[in-house]
Amino acid sequence: MSRNPSHLPSKRSPVRSLLRLRPYVRPVRVRLLASAAVATVASCVGLVIPLVLKEIVDGPVAHGDPGGVWWPAALVLLLGLAEAGLFGVRRWLVARPLAGVEASMRADLYRHLQRLPTSFHDRWASGQLLSRATSDLSVLRLFLVFPLVFLLVNAVTFVVGIVVLLSQDWLLGLVLLLPTAPLVVLCSYFETRYALAARKAQDQAGDLATVVEESVLGIRVIKSFGRHRSMARDFWRRSRELRTTELRKAELLADIWAVIMTLPEVAIGSALAIGATRVADGELTAGTLVAFLTTALALRWPVESLGWLLAYSNDAASAADRYFEVMDTPTTPDAPETGDTGDIADTGDTGDTADTADTGGTPMAADPPRSPRTPKAPAAPDGIRFEGVRFRYPDAPEGSPDLLTGVDLHIRSGETMALVGATGCGKTTLTALLPRLYEATGGRITLDGVDIAELPRHRLRKLVAVAFEEPTLFSATVRENVAMGAPGAGEAALHKALTTSQADFAHGLPQGLDTEVGEQGLSLSGGQRQRLALARAVVGQPRFLVLDDPLSALDVHTEALVEGALRQVLATTTALVVAHRPSTVLLADRVALLSNGRISTVGTHHELLDSSPAYRELMSGERSPIR
Amino acid sequence: MTTVTEPPEEDGSALADGRPAQTVQAPEAPHREPARSPGTPPPAAPDDDTDEHPSPPGVSRALLGSLLRPHKWRTALAMGVILLQQAAVLAGPLLVAFAIDRAIPALRRDDSGPLIAVVCVYIVCALASGLLQALFIRVSARVSQDVLLDLRGRIFRHAQALSLDFHERYTSGRIIARATSDVDALRELLSEGLEELIQVALSAVYISVVLLALDWELGAAAAASFVPLYFIARSFRRRTREVYRRTRTAVASVIVRFTETMNGIRPVQAFRREEANDKEFHRLNSAYRRANGDSALEMARFVVSARTMANAVIAAILVWGAYRVADGGLELGVMAAFVLYLRRLYDPVDRLGMFLNSYQSAAAALDKIAALLANRPAVPEPRQPVPLPAPQGEEPGREVVFDGVRFAYREGVEVLPRFDLKIPAGQTVAVVGATGAGKSTLAKLLVRFYDPTGGRVRLDGVDLRDLETPELRRGVVMVTQESFLFSGTVAENIAVGRPDATREQVEEAARAIGAFDFIAALPEGFDTDVRKRGGRISAGQRQLVAFARALLADPAVLILDEATSSLDIPGERAVQRAMHTVLAGRTAVIVAHRLSTVEIADRVLVMDAGRIVEDGRPAELIGGTGRFATLHRAWRDSLV
Repeated sequence: MSRNPSHLPSKRSPVRSLLRLRPYVRPVRVRLLASAAVATVASCVGLVIPLVLKEIVDGPVAHGDPGGVWWPAALVLLLGLAEAGLFGVRRWLVARPLAGVEASMRADLYRHLQRLPTSFHDRWASGQLLSRATSDLSVLRLFLVFPLVFLLVNAVTFVVGIVVLLSQDWLLGLVLLLPTAPLVVLCSYFETRYALAARKAQDQAGDLATVVEESVLGIRVIKSFGRHRSMARDFWRRSRELRTTELRKAELLADIWAVIMTLPEVAIGSALAIGATRVADGELTAGTLVAFLTTALALRWPVESLGWLLAYSNDAASAADRYFEVMDTPTTPDAPETGDTGDIADTGDTGDTADTADTGGTPMAADPPRSPRTPKAPAAPDGIRFEGVRFRYPDAPEGSPDLLTGVDLHIRSGETMALVGATGCGKTTLTALLPRLYEATGGRITLDGVDIAELPRHRLRKLVAVAFEEPTLFSATVRENVAMGAPGAGEAALHKALTTSQADFAHGLPQGLDTEVGEQGLSLSGGQRQRLALARAVVGQPRFLVLDDPLSALDVHTEALVEGALRQVLATTTALVVAHRPSTVLLADRVALLSNGRISTVGTHHELLDSSPAYRELMSGERSPIR
Repeated sequence: MTTVTEPPEEDGSALADGRPAQTVQAPEAPHREPARSPGTPPPAAPDDDTDEHPSPPGVSRALLGSLLRPHKWRTALAMGVILLQQAAVLAGPLLVAFAIDRAIPALRRDDSGPLIAVVCVYIVCALASGLLQALFIRVSARVSQDVLLDLRGRIFRHAQALSLDFHERYTSGRIIARATSDVDALRELLSEGLEELIQVALSAVYISVVLLALDWELGAAAAASFVPLYFIARSFRRRTREVYRRTRTAVASVIVRFTETMNGIRPVQAFRREEANDKEFHRLNSAYRRANGDSALEMARFVVSARTMANAVIAAILVWGAYRVADGGLELGVMAAFVLYLRRLYDPVDRLGMFLNSYQSAAAALDKIAALLANRPAVPEPRQPVPLPAPQGEEPGREVVFDGVRFAYREGVEVLPRFDLKIPAGQTVAVVGATGAGKSTLAKLLVRFYDPTGGRVRLDGVDLRDLETPELRRGVVMVTQESFLFSGTVAENIAVGRPDATREQVEEAARAIGAFDFIAALPEGFDTDVRKRGGRISAGQRQLVAFARALLADPAVLILDEATSSLDIPGERAVQRAMHTVLAGRTAVIVAHRLSTVEIADRVLVMDAGRIVEDGRPAELIGGTGRFATLHRAWRDSLV
């Protein structure tokens, strides 16, 4: 049960993954660099303090002149204040900008995900997407705040510290340098193993989020079957897997810590032995030894921090990988917004002004070249035309036949066509091609003579309104939910749509049309949701209307009322209605029967009842006798 | 030896923190039902993640305590290890002082013994500090991972145990936020923050002791410097508490919006909601950004004040120490050790801030989690479960009795006035009526999604409230209108009905309901992954899968709540044919707006405004002049 389609072991180097953050860091690079510079200075100021200390020990203290301690002590105080101030400045510099980087990465992810094709969302569990938008991005923010800066700062501090040590006494300095080489080797060995574990842990956390999400969204099924215990077991198993990976990470960390703490200390111990001997021999002053050891101890933090800085950077690198995996998925290219696709009569659209500025999310620098236009539409609108439309899902197994193998269908302008066919034959898929939720893999679909592939999606979707099989309401008011079918629709249009779909119950809600519905609001029954979704589809008096089994959740009485009102709407639009029952079919002028990936017959209800045994079977449920 | 245990067998999440489940501490917020409740007030908090139950102070600390308690020995071990480790680490400066004050003079007397001893001890300490550190990381990682495992499990089980009205109120996004983002905050505290705190606190104690031992006057001065540091830390904590509370709330709002969009991506795209959503998301995201920025700024303040304080203390002690050395009252090595220790003492002040940060963040998250866990299930498990009596005779069906049952929402809107109803074992009852008549509520009482406000629902004489969940689900199973599919294969989804079913049984159930053919035609047959929420399986097919699930569960009482709405006519006919055999001998309640389903019923109940207004055999009612006869005529007319 893989929930994440791309469990590829990350072969990319962590550095390259992290470099991809550049575009997001660029706007704040000045502050980030300034912060790094300030931190480096502050850190080096900390290194100067032991030198002053040396002056105090070797000077006033050794000579029994306590009065002479004041100036150096003042210097220590000054340096200390500078250090404190600088560290504060460094944090202040990046506090807001880096929170901004995280936010803009999240906004971009959200924006991108909204525009990715539906087939992408079919493949990706939303828990995996969510964990990228939250946990992974906060890892990246914290990485920019601390580890990134301190990898640099600590490296510089280390180098400066070593120079100071060497300049004080080259022999002792060299002793301290000795463990560097083994440390580098061990760290890089550790790094590769840790990176794999880090990635695994993040993926497992994403899977866990998916289980949580499904357990909440499917709570009714779980409760109906008393399955919460087996769900809990599944969750338990997955969280144990995550725990195992986290423990693996901890073991790797423990090992590297042991090395990072021990090696430098052993070197300091050796330096102490050599230094003490040389002080005894009079080759070295006591003050130099004190200063040397103070400096060496001050360098411990930069070295020790290496372990978790590397670990954190690896976490961040795989978080970046996970982020860009999604961001790299291309959105389907959109037709240019040429602005003169107006040969399609845009009859009922009331909210044009709100949308004209949109370019479908991909800003375009200059006016793109005009695509070759289809022949001008005939003066009389042509309606919807499917010509040899083929479709297969991008992830369909090889060798399996296409779902749609050449659909030819013409819905005349103003006509209502019912689409019928056996369960699972591709009716819903066919309707999803019209607003280009999926892209046809062959053939073409024209609206009033214009190929939909040449219409900008945004514009296309304004022309085509859809009521889905599953009525989804968003967390917003009734008014907003309905009006999203036609931004800017007036109150009158709204009321008319509600009346058409027999959704007048909305006026009786606690706050009337301003009642919050959807997940965060008042829960409505399936029938109520379906009627609001229908109102949403018809409110803009769309030129083209797609209704997917629009009356399934309604009781007989309501269904009859909706049918009556819907007829008036359908009279003015070109519509495709997926129908499961005769009552819905009767809304249509003609019926198209979809079977084996094609339209096998088109005709009126009664014609098909007479001529098509398959149709008769669909409508009556009785297997017709073989003739 | 692991202290991790399997999740408790009883549905004990409600009891996890030791409180009896029976204290049904009813949430104040209005209870709502998914179905029609036009009279109910809107939910308390639409957009932001404010809890209707701010948890009383101390609850989150009690939660943390209850999480750590099972691991107290391991925690003690970790403490012991870190005590030794810090001793080894902090021996360093002391050894340096010894080397300067004792070993060097000894060396000048040609006595290399002290130096060799000092260096050996130094290296042993170095090795010990590294190895003990590694041990500590392993032990503490175990503790913290087990705590997280426990906490995740508790949230998950508790959310599953809470009743439907809670889920309808709390929203899925917020539960997801609790189980992911909030747990993450605690993970950060446990895996990094706590270790920091222990090390910082321990080294402060050790260093103070050593300093006092070396020279009590200077030591006392150094120890006194902790007082201002404490106040700085305290004010930082106070200032950030509010900021972090805002952070947790903001991130939950972001999560809610995010999941809602991703789960409704089709309508989002079809209705061109992208721009509007971007704007709304920007608003929530900005609130989160501001909160994050605020907390980082507080951190900057803290670092400046704490470091300033620390460096001032060092300078002061330096001057004083120098005077004392010059007086001969203090040895040079002791003073060197002093300065080394002081630097080290104040070095981790940044890390202290980071700890306080993660503590604050985790505390805010724990508050939210504790508030979630404090919700008592409105439909609790029985304290003294009663088994169902052995079935009488061959038939699987059981008798259902509604005994003086009434149901009202908490705020008093009565949905079902008091009524009595007896359904003999093996009878198939259809419940019809207009939207809002109370059909679904009746079904939900029988499946015990809710408990009745008055009276009782009995299965073969046993009150549903006395049945444990597994026993209840062997008795009653419901197929609903929305047929949710979980990630996994089709076979796994059917097996939700009975997890231990064999493949043959799964296929048999699918065949019985007429779903076998379409499943077999899928790319990998029964092993086809349904992907995310069944993107490729049509609504009708999903309902067939849901039916197969119910068949497999083989319950005594089967409830179908508008479960055929998306089926086409052949599908519905196939289901009806299957029902003839499946329902034989079983008790069934069919809530339907399509009257075709009614034809297989032995008895029809017509409901209106919460009351049963007609009750009789279908043929009798159709032949009569009541509502059902009218409804039936209308339905007949709607057919071909």
